Amino acid sequence: MNNSENTSPHNFEQCVKCTICTVYCPVTAVNRDYPGPKQAGPDGERYRLKDKRFYNEALKYCLNCKRCEVACPQGVHIGDIILQARLKYSHGSANLRDRMLAHTDLMGTIGTRLSPTVNGILKFTPVKIAMDYILGIDRHRTFPSYSPRRFVTWFRRHAAERQERFDRHVTYFHGCYVNYNFPRLGKDLVKLMNACGIGVNLMKNEKCCGVARIANRLIKQATDAAKVNLQEIRSAVAGGTEVIATSSTCVMTMRDEYPNILGLDNADVRDHIMTATRYLYRLIENGEIRLVFKPDYLRRIAYHTPCHMGKLGWSVYSTRLLSMIPGVELTILDSNCCGIAGTYGFKKENYRNSQAMGKPLFDSIALVHPDFVATDCETCKWQIEMSTPYKVFNPISILADALDVEATRRANNVK
Amino acid sequence: MKFDTVIIGGGLSGLIAGISLAEAGRSVAIITAGQSSLHFNSGSFDLLGNCNGELVTSPIEAISSLPASHPYSRVGVERIQALLPAVQPLLGRAGIATTGGYTRNRYRLTPLGKIKPTWLSLEDIATFDNPTRLPWRRVAIVNLAGFLDFYPQFIYAGLTALGVACSVHSTTIPALDTLRKNPTEMRAANIARVLDAEAIGVLAGRLNSVSRDADVIVMPAVVGLNDDLNLRLLRRLVARPVYFVSTMPTSVPGVRTQISLDRYFMKLGGTYMLGDTVISGNFNGNRLESVTTRNHDSEPIEASNFIIATGSFIGHGLKATPDSIIEPTMGLDIDAPHDRSLWFKKNIDDNQPFMSFGVKTDNNLHPFKEGTLIENLYACGSLLGGCNPVKEECGAGVSILTALAAAHNIQSQFSTNRHD
Repeated sequence: MNNSENTSPHNFEQCVKCTICTVYCPVTAVNRDYPGPKQAGPDGERYRLKDKRFYNEALKYCLNCKRCEVACPQGVHIGDIILQARLKYSHGSANLRDRMLAHTDLMGTIGTRLSPTVNGILKFTPVKIAMDYILGIDRHRTFPSYSPRRFVTWFRRHAAERQERFDRHVTYFHGCYVNYNFPRLGKDLVKLMNACGIGVNLMKNEKCCGVARIANRLIKQATDAAKVNLQEIRSAVAGGTEVIATSSTCVMTMRDEYPNILGLDNADVRDHIMTATRYLYRLIENGEIRLVFKPDYLRRIAYHTPCHMGKLGWSVYSTRLLSMIPGVELTILDSNCCGIAGTYGFKKENYRNSQAMGKPLFDSIALVHPDFVATDCETCKWQIEMSTPYKVFNPISILADALDVEATRRANNVK
Repeated sequence: MKFDTVIIGGGLSGLIAGISLAEAGRSVAIITAGQSSLHFNSGSFDLLGNCNGELVTSPIEAISSLPASHPYSRVGVERIQALLPAVQPLLGRAGIATTGGYTRNRYRLTPLGKIKPTWLSLEDIATFDNPTRLPWRRVAIVNLAGFLDFYPQFIYAGLTALGVACSVHSTTIPALDTLRKNPTEMRAANIARVLDAEAIGVLAGRLNSVSRDADVIVMPAVVGLNDDLNLRLLRRLVARPVYFVSTMPTSVPGVRTQISLDRYFMKLGGTYMLGDTVISGNFNGNRLESVTTRNHDSEPIEASNFIIATGSFIGHGLKATPDSIIEPTMGLDIDAPHDRSLWFKKNIDDNQPFMSFGVKTDNNLHPFKEGTLIENLYACGSLLGGCNPVKEECGAGVSILTALAAAHNIQSQFSTNRHD
């Protein structure tokens, strides 16, 4: 007899109804309309399998933070069960607002082209009120500003050529945020890799990882983009490079949501998709590269684990790298959701709960009172910067800032 | 990735071992597949409540009459006795204040209204010195309206049988109204999350007006999930002593214990890898060199020493297949008969043999793999066989003391090496 023959998708049948997931659900803590992960996930699924009319629209309040999955002692993919139920049973299609929020790449293209105008407009109170009434995007939300020039444009003009000089290369999935909002992070990554003697390649045709499309139930669009990305990843891996990203959510989406939610098999390349901090840490540990830091870089840093980094289990790479900087005093904050969950917190109906969910994190940052916060997720950054007086940086930017470039180049024999 | 010690399993045993080593300045990682069975803990930790079918009054004495296969006997009675005084202070440093001691058992009030022996209890849990003469005269048993995971009638019957005058009350506060929207969510842990400082003030007011002639209030353990701040606030605001009795899981005192231990371990610099699973051990002769996990796949986690504290069947430390009992992470040797019919008895109340199954170890808690003793691996907690934690009421004691024994074995090895 083989027990594995009787398993169902997402380990659904492994649930023993222990309710541990509910204890760690950030939504349950603040939103009484949400049935909680056990009820929304495996319990509700038993009913939905009998009759789809048991589907409860309140499942839309799920953040897809996957904290339930990290807490589950039985390995049930509770978040996946909930997300898949939303995709399968939810009525109606995504509205204009959800489509706008979901198309981070399309909005980014418009935003960067018209950046001075768009950035100004999005800060203008009457516009915020109008967006609140007409679109349902909460007026209290601060929009990330758009960069006047895309990261890829900078890269082609100022960085692409010198990448060819290096013997070793890595493929960088920059994602929408670096490309349209914050090219500096991408530039920091190039600086860091180049100083270690590693050239950076971009994909020929990178698409949005699709996380926002999945969250807003635009599955066809998400799948189309994912297929292109997988093709690009396969050709990068075939060319002998790993694929790295500076956003923990892009990495989680491409590694886990592609197979588990979109049904796209990535088993052949999954191990080659990773965060930039994991990639760097492993090279350092294997003695292949060395980082030399400025002795006078003295900072007190609080590290926040993004939910999807927690799901990957990889925050240890980021924190160990930050701890290598001699002048850094690092505090790892208690793991709490910041509450924004990508496009979720922008929606008017979620704004209050989003802020309430983040409160324990905001309070814990204030207690540490660091020079700034480090985290691997851009939407956590927006949320923390909007809700606390602290600035937030990606560990890659911090490493690049603390790096003694010349000494690092010498240590890695870079000419 | 390298650490001095890697611990597989983040429950009571793994955390106690991790804290003990981290306090000694070692770099320690705990890898744990989800949250642990501490989430079902009553708020009390048993050392030895029942030995050879008799109620134990003095566990420190009764330990010497246990069979040689018992984990306490394997560690050694003298060793256990030497480790015992360290436990309560260690929990205290983690922010877990307890009552009780190892020379004499205390007695706790169970959710079924029974009185059972126990060792250490969180300070707010209802416990007594004497199992037949309680210090209470009149008790008000107060439940929250609509909370179905607590049964005041059992407590009433149990206390009344011991000559205590009881009254049963139900109360509520507005903060809980919204929780009742979803009947499935009126749970102990969710109630604790709703009871912020303001709600605690309102609840204290209600408790103060309940049955003014009672000298003690007993209520379900629904306060203090992340820390004991609100718990202390409530006890300060209520004019009479308030004691708690555990509820159906998830247990609020259990979660608080888990969170306090995790938090202290990380404050000491420990790395807590939650939601990861060890899929194999990489052995070289009689040494475990590294473990491979699901999240870190191609990056094995190396250490000089390893502790495995993955629990019993419920924690997946042991797994029953149709024809064998196995240790699923790295295939360690198991003390259990092959014949399935010897695994269980038909009457559920009998002493069930499977409860005593576990990994085979020597007296230093080193397990075996295919007959070879693994010299840098230690097994502790309920993964060890040789006892029936439910019948003997010794589960928490075995988890804590074998963890301390393993941690001390690792430490003494370091100090011997240094003197070589």
